[in-house]
Order: sequence, then structure tokens, then C-alpha cells
Amino acid sequence: MTRKWGLFLPEPSTLFDKLWDSHVVAALPGNRALVAIDRVFLHERTGASALNSLAEAGRAVVDPARVFAVTDHIVDTRPGRTDQTLMPGGQAFITETRAAAKAAGITLFDVNDSDQGIVHVISPELGIVLPGCTLVAPDSHTCTQGAFGALAWGIGSSEAEHAMATGTLRLNKPKSMRVCFAGSLPKGVTPKDMIMTLIASHGAAGGKGHALEFAGDAVRALDMEGRMTLCNMATEFSAMSGFIAPDRKTFKYLTGRRYVPKGAEWDQAVESWEKLISDVDATFDAEIKIDASAVTPTVSWGTSPEHSVGIGGTVPETADERPLEYMALQKGQSLKGTPIDAAFIGSCTNSRLSDLRRASALLKGKKIADHVQAICVPGSSRVKREAEAEGIDAIFRDAGFEWRESGCSMCFYAGGESFQSGARVISTTNRNFESRQGPGVKTHIASPETVVASALAGAIADVRELL
Amino acid sequence: MAEPFSMLTSRPMPLIRDNVDTDQIIPSREMKSTGKTGLADGLFAGWRYTAIGSRDPDPNFVLNDPFYADSQIILAGANFGCGSSREHAVWALAEYGFRAVIAPSFAPIFAGNCIRNGILPAVLEADAIAIIEEVDCPATIDLAAQKISIGEDQSWSFPIDDEAKAMLLEGLDAIDLSLKMIEDIAAWQTADRAKRPWIYLGANQ
Ligand code: SF4
Repeated sequence: MTRKWGLFLPEPSTLFDKLWDSHVVAALPGNRALVAIDRVFLHERTGASALNSLAEAGRAVVDPARVFAVTDHIVDTRPGRTDQTLMPGGQAFITETRAAAKAAGITLFDVNDSDQGIVHVISPELGIVLPGCTLVAPDSHTCTQGAFGALAWGIGSSEAEHAMATGTLRLNKPKSMRVCFAGSLPKGVTPKDMIMTLIASHGAAGGKGHALEFAGDAVRALDMEGRMTLCNMATEFSAMSGFIAPDRKTFKYLTGRRYVPKGAEWDQAVESWEKLISDVDATFDAEIKIDASAVTPTVSWGTSPEHSVGIGGTVPETADERPLEYMALQKGQSLKGTPIDAAFIGSCTNSRLSDLRRASALLKGKKIADHVQAICVPGSSRVKREAEAEGIDAIFRDAGFEWRESGCSMCFYAGGESFQSGARVISTTNRNFESRQGPGVKTHIASPETVVASALAGAIADVRELL
Repeated sequence: MAEPFSMLTSRPMPLIRDNVDTDQIIPSREMKSTGKTGLADGLFAGWRYTAIGSRDPDPNFVLNDPFYADSQIILAGANFGCGSSREHAVWALAEYGFRAVIAPSFAPIFAGNCIRNGILPAVLEADAIAIIEEVDCPATIDLAAQKISIGEDQSWSFPIDDEAKAMLLEGLDAIDLSLKMIEDIAAWQTADRAKRPWIYLGANQ
């Protein structure tokens, strides 16, 4: 309590404090606590191993109704898919996850389920993530779901076992950070460019040890899907998680979704969710301010997301040799105009309906460059259906894109399908690590708009010239 | 349950590169089964073999240097283990025989995974790491004393939180530790259910 104007007022707290404090079951020595976990989401890449390892140790999933699983990571995304995958042995991940999910009594969104999709796309679609909840998944982009005012983060398989067996995790409390995007975004500039700008300016380790709240007018102005894109790459900034205070947009998005509270419980929930904001005088361990109006379309040049520059920029003179050699670029070279071999739209960063709408609006009636292989993979089966109902698939196909079933697909190379070795790819994904999209593949990450502009031009391009 | 970790003496294998990510520690394509084993062959596969998918050792990569064949310690660069949260990276290191990684910093998820699997992530300043690399002789890690030493008179202490230390020293399983608090957890949930009934699916779904 602080003494203020002769009154005792509660200490102002951050959104993060509220999320954290409301889940502490017990304090542990040091800076640690036993923290309640409200939701666990598994996927087929590691789901079977976590569930089997738990069962082998003779332990049960304490509350199976709060554990979900999906096939997204290695499931095939070509039309007419089955359990077969291009990845050798991939089928076993799917069938074993199916068997393990059944045995544990948890809900699985299976290969051809109408709710299947990338975990961080379908969890919000189904209302599994809720404001004020803690949600973990053995996947580093779980922070995407922080867009709903949840504390959501990626964990290891052993921690997934721990969460399922005990309903808790043992955690060190991270520090708090606020990143404020003031002003408004210029035309052609997207949440992807915001987060890439943050990482480029403060480094890929800039958020290390911190739980990160995104705030400011430019963040408030984003729709829920844009907020998810922003939070998605909090992990590329090394933050424990990224999140945004829930507001009416959040509640509106969630209304009527399958796992959200109903009736009087909904009203009660919204009332409690409205309190999930950082108090005006709350202090953060770190604060960063960025002028949103100065953000430009951003593209990565190297092999870490921090290796990114505005589209009008050049490869820095200070660049390390190794990424330059891998990416076959020179210091001082301008990115714009660099020929590409392929274009990819998909992944938990940028594969939602609004992403596909914006991309298709730019593509409509045009053809991509002849030499470019282009693929669009909707983030979920629902996104795919809704896009098809709007004729978005036809626009992509007519322009020369392949149109796929939903999944992680070529966001990461699991040993199956990939781009040609050495290919230069412009991609809406979140990681440009060496060989992330296939052996030797050179990935440039960017917004869907920049990917479309580049696919049309056959070279990295500035989307603003299309507007 | 992991093997307890107390004292370890071994020649550290230098792999001084910053931002070695989990894709490099074990490429996704090398994770061929759903289990936690059979991963050692894929450890650093992208660097260790002459070509993707091949099993011809690249003699230029340090893991193939016979001088370090028995090494159980990796001397690493900053932000070791960044990238994906996949625990396979740690399982591969453990199965190969590594028990400790010494680096100026670690990706937090990776460090947590190490502790759970009996591998010590020890943080040392880059210049101390440079000295250990330069001297290139066996190092001794004393976890109880939180000390890494080379020879008679050079040693450094490293930080580790109490719980991680206890878990490593005793080979304890975190789940067992938490299950001891099952009554606290149940009481917390009962109180929480009254405040946030919507969190508890199943009952009303
Ligand atoms: S789309 Fe890519 S980054 Fe997202 S969960 Fe799948 S593999 Fe991970």
C-alpha cells in the first residue's frame, strides 16, 4: 500500500502483475512460484512423447477437459491429405498422438477435422484462450495468444508433462516491460513491420527475461488478428511472452465461440476481464517507445529476425560475415530489387483471414512473376473455408499461387517438403534461421503485403508502390 | 528421473558461436521418432556431416575432432539454445553424452529444459570462457560449490538458482516436487473456481 493524499491506495500494478498474481498457488524459494495453468495445448510433433512419457511414469492428466491437441506441424498440406506425410516417419507422430490423446481423454483436432489448424490460430477461433488465463503449449509461438490478454507462452515437453500432471508450473517471475507504439501506422505498413522494427532496433535478445505488454494507440487500433501477429514474434524478441490488455474488440471477437463462457457467466467473465489493464501509475522494469508513424515495410536480410531493415534500407556495413555468406548478400546492398525464387504466405504469424484478404486484394487480377514458386497455406481449416467462400482462393490461384490445406507447412522444414536448396524465399513466417524452410533455403521474412508485392515483381519490392 | 549431477571433470569442447539455436543443435529433419531417444546421431547434424542427410563426418567440425571425443562439456557462445522450445535439443545433447554447457548466456526455455534433463547450463563471462578455451585442458565443475576450475589456481563461480541446483544435485523430478503440494493446488482451484468458473471446462461444457 502507498500513502497518497492521506489515503491508502493499493499499489498500482501492471497487467502482467495481475495475470501473474491471480495464478500464484504458492510462493517457492527465491523469485519462484507455483503458478496455476488454465490451458495446455499440444501438437503432434511433441504431443505423443509428452503424453506417453507421462503415462509411462504412471501419471495421469489431472484435468483432461482443459488439455487440447491438434495436428498441425507435420501434417501434410497438399490437397487430399491423409495421415501420410512427406517427412519420413511423420505418420507415426500423427497416429501416436491420436492414440495418446484418446488414452488420456483429451480433445484432439485431427487431420481432417473442420476445426483443425495451426495451434495458435485455432485456439482463439475456438475460444480456448481467454483473457486472464494462463495457457501453455510446447511451442515457442504460444505468445501469439497473448493478444487476448492471456499469459500464454511456450514450454518444453517436460514442462508440458508437469502442467498436465499437476495443473501448475514452477516458474521464475520475469520482469515486466512495456512497448508502446504511439501514433498510427502509415499505409502499407502492418503489425508484422511493427514487431520486426522492434526486434531490429532493440536486438533479438531485447526482451530477454521480460514479460512484454504491447500498448499505445497503434496497438489499440489493431484488430485481433493484427494483435496476434504482433504478439506472435515476442518470442523472437526473447520475451517470455507478449500480451495486450483485452478490450471491446477482444470480447467481440470471442463472443459465441465454442469454449467461451455462456449466459450470465459470460457477463461475469467480461466484468472481470475489463479489469485486466495496467494501472495508470504502474511502473515497468523496462519501457520502450516507438513512433508507429515512422515504421516502414520491413524485410529481413540475415539469419536472425534482428537482421532486418526497412524496405528502403541496405544491408548494414556492420553485418557479420556468416549470415551474409549464407544469404549471399553484400554489405551495403539494397534489399529492394533482390530477385526471389519463391514466396510463402502462411504460418501462425500471418495466415488468418484478414491477412489473406489483404494479400488477395493486392493480387486480384494480377499474375506473379513467371520464375516465382508461390504458396499460400491458410492458418486453419476454418480460415480456408471462409476464404474460399469469399473467392480468395480463386484470386490466389489465378495469380499463380498454390492454395493448400491448413497447417504449419513450409514455415519450417521437418524433413519432408521444402523449397529448393539455395532458393531465396520471401515469407510471412517468423524465423529466418539457416535452413528453417529447407536445407540451404534463404528466408526473408516480411508482411503478407510485402510478400505479394515481391511475388508480383519477382524481386523484393516495396508494397507502397502498389497502393 | 535424471542422473544426479555433482562433480564433473572433462575436457570442454569449444563451440564458440553466438545464437546457436535448437534447429542447429538438432535439425527438425533429424527428429525421426516420437520418443526421446535415437537423437544423438542428429546432434549438430547440419555442421557435423558433409552434406544434408549424409552420415560422412566433416572433419572440420569440432564434434568430430578425436581430441574432444570424450568431452562431456560444451563451451559455447552467447544465447545458446535459442529458437524453438523443442526439448529434443537437450535430449540429443544428453544422449550424446554431454552433461554441461558453459556459455555467457542461455535461452531461458533451453536452460529450463537442461535442468529437467540433468544437464547443467553454467553461465560464465565470455572472457572466462575464452581462457578455458585457450588453456584447452580438462575443467572441473563442482555444482555444490558453484565453481568451475582449470588446473590448480584458476576458477570461476557461476550462478544457479536454488531449485535448479537441488534438482540437478539430487536428480529430482519437478513433477514429484509439485505433487507434494497437491493439497495447496486443490485448495487454490476450489477458490478460483468460484471466481472464474469458466476456466473449468467439462463441468458445464
Ligand atoms: S506455423 Fe511455424 S512458427 Fe507457427 S507453430 Fe507452426 S511451425 Fe511454429
